[in-house]
Amino acid sequence: MHLFNQLKAAAVAASLVLSVALPAAHADEQYFPLQSYRVGPYAAGGTGFFGGFIDYLNLINTRDGGVNGVKLTWSEGETQYEVERGVEVYERLKNNPGVAAWNPLSVGIAYAMIDRITQDKVPLITINHGRTDSTDGRVFPYVFPLLLNPYSETSGIVNYIASKEGGLESLKGKKMVVLYHGSPYGKETIPIYELLAKKYGFELQQIEVPHPGNEQQAQWLTIRRAKPDYVVLRGWGVMNPVALKSAAKVGFPVDHIVGNVWSNSEEDAIPAGDAAKGYTAITTQASGAEYPVVKEIIKTLYDNGKGNLEDKNRIGSVYHNLGIVNGILNVEAIRIAQEKFGKRTLTGDEVRWGFEHLQLDPARVEALGAKGLFHSINVSWDNHEGNGYVTFQQWDGKKWNVVSDWIAPDWALLRPIIEKSAEAYAKEKGIKLRTSEDVVTATN
Amino acid sequence: MSGFDWQFFVEVLIGGLLSGVMYSLVAIGFVLIYKTSGVLNFAQGAMLLFAALTFVSLVERGVPFALALIITFAVMVVIGIAIERVVLRPLTNRSPMTLFMATLGLSYILEGAAQLIWGTQVHGLDLGIDDVPFEVGGVLISQFDLFAAAIAAALVLFLSVFFRYTRVGLAFRAVADDQFAALAVGLRLPRIWATVWAVAGLVALVAGLLWGARLGVQFSLSLVVLKALPVLVLGGFDSIPGAIVGGLLIGATEKLAEVYIGEYFGGGTESWFAYVVALAFLLIRPSGIFGQKLVERV
Repeated sequence: MHLFNQLKAAAVAASLVLSVALPAAHADEQYFPLQSYRVGPYAAGGTGFFGGFIDYLNLINTRDGGVNGVKLTWSEGETQYEVERGVEVYERLKNNPGVAAWNPLSVGIAYAMIDRITQDKVPLITINHGRTDSTDGRVFPYVFPLLLNPYSETSGIVNYIASKEGGLESLKGKKMVVLYHGSPYGKETIPIYELLAKKYGFELQQIEVPHPGNEQQAQWLTIRRAKPDYVVLRGWGVMNPVALKSAAKVGFPVDHIVGNVWSNSEEDAIPAGDAAKGYTAITTQASGAEYPVVKEIIKTLYDNGKGNLEDKNRIGSVYHNLGIVNGILNVEAIRIAQEKFGKRTLTGDEVRWGFEHLQLDPARVEALGAKGLFHSINVSWDNHEGNGYVTFQQWDGKKWNVVSDWIAPDWALLRPIIEKSAEAYAKEKGIKLRTSEDVVTATN
Repeated sequence: MSGFDWQFFVEVLIGGLLSGVMYSLVAIGFVLIYKTSGVLNFAQGAMLLFAALTFVSLVERGVPFALALIITFAVMVVIGIAIERVVLRPLTNRSPMTLFMATLGLSYILEGAAQLIWGTQVHGLDLGIDDVPFEVGGVLISQFDLFAAAIAAALVLFLSVFFRYTRVGLAFRAVADDQFAALAVGLRLPRIWATVWAVAGLVALVAGLLWGARLGVQFSLSLVVLKALPVLVLGGFDSIPGAIVGGLLIGATEKLAEVYIGEYFGGGTESWFAYVVALAFLLIRPSGIFGQKLVERV
């Protein structure tokens, strides 16, 4: 009997602990399951992004008491950026009540989740990354590559280089090398660079760097021999600083290297030391802590010991600010959906509706304290990217400085290619294309 | 062949040889452990990461360069001794596969511990050597890579002297030659193994600093072991000269292959070409160029 009582007590204690540890979304709570990576090779990016995301959710709770009184909750599952772990975390957390959206910040995990989230009717946010054709909401109702898909990124980079050369016409006869990571992510933009090279008449050479990219001597000697006007760096992780160092070794000017959106962080530039001074990269969100929303996070959270980043020096870094912007977009989607469905815990499908009406013009961005942090977004039921603008920042050896205006990618040029790819996917999977009629309501 | 650009060929070749020296640095750490204890220490990459991360974290906290070097070396010695005492000694006389799996587990523990103690941030490491190239007859040569080659040469010289002229070194060679005979004449194997692990820690520190200066000090440092494996197959798992020659051969062939035949394979050949060379060599000479041929009574 004594043993039975002990077991009973342990069971009660365990249930109490679980009830506290597990997020229990009540009528006034909205839950974010986070497939984060705080250890492993990509932990620097993971801690920054998820730190910024959590900081913003926390700010909304602390400052505003939630979104219209609905508290935001979250819990994390460690993925180490590995697909199988990401899927395992998905299966573990998906049954928690009030799931708003998934934000894995991983191409591999996102790909593995598309069928699952579509079946579960919960949005999957792949800010600045993911499948380009998931921009087409007719085929991918629950996937949102917000702000920038890989094709728009490519167009933005080419437009920026053109602006430096005096216009798109000036690209004719120029020579460009794209140095890309040897992975599906790295190869995603190969056809679009070819298309743009043909359209604008520049010579193009695309060179692969095998994963992880810690040796690039051969590639940069090839580049030196090719004598291009610009090198576009489509890297990831250690590939980026090694590219910058290898460029210096062969005497290629760093200010003629333009990094893509996953080659644009402090973690990419710092390890390269002096070789990174003058390096330019694309971004959808500026870095720095001077924006009102970042200042509020510092004042409300970090000054009270509630910030998520262990190292305060990382506040306002590229990944931290990306996490904050991601938080803004998620929260505003919920706010917009609440206007239609009521100020309560929403279903995943209702939040999907919110994302499909996520239209933040520069005035609204300013009202959110994010003027200059990002430009605007204009998501619709069939355009899940939302026409994000890009800007370019240059590394001065210590920090990034914005060196361009906000630049628009050539969306009109890209849209037919995206639709063609999405329609092929729909045909392969037997998916019926949505129409605007299908968007009006939400289920679950 | 009249249009062949020999100058470019020489440039690629020299770049490849210098990269190969960097691979050799990692391979030497493997050789030291394998030679004395027959263990393929998969944790060598994690040790390299741990050493570099410890060093750079100390320097960033204001510890002078030389003192940080000494402290890190001391830490690596302690880790080496601890590994011998806690992991390997209890597994004495277990199969090589068991020992290999133990070091595989150890690599995860060290990687996790490194991040737990020093955080996950990426660090730059400046050893004070400019990485700007200089030109010799139109061929660009990296100053830093030459410096790394000089360090590797000095390390090999130090190890040669240490193992040839010190009592511990002689004992090491005796153990490497025949463990049971060494035991029979009264050599204390645990002490020798602990010393070897400590020396492997020193090698990890040197390699970690040079690779860290090249890549930045970050988690990916532990992946450089993948570059050392084909070097070991080619040069032999138990030969330091083999590690050097193997590194040079692998470095040169993979770079030349990438430049001259890479396009026929869609590029990106460096991730697998070294292994193809190593496997081809394995078929011809299973023990590597300098490795001891194993003759076992069955």
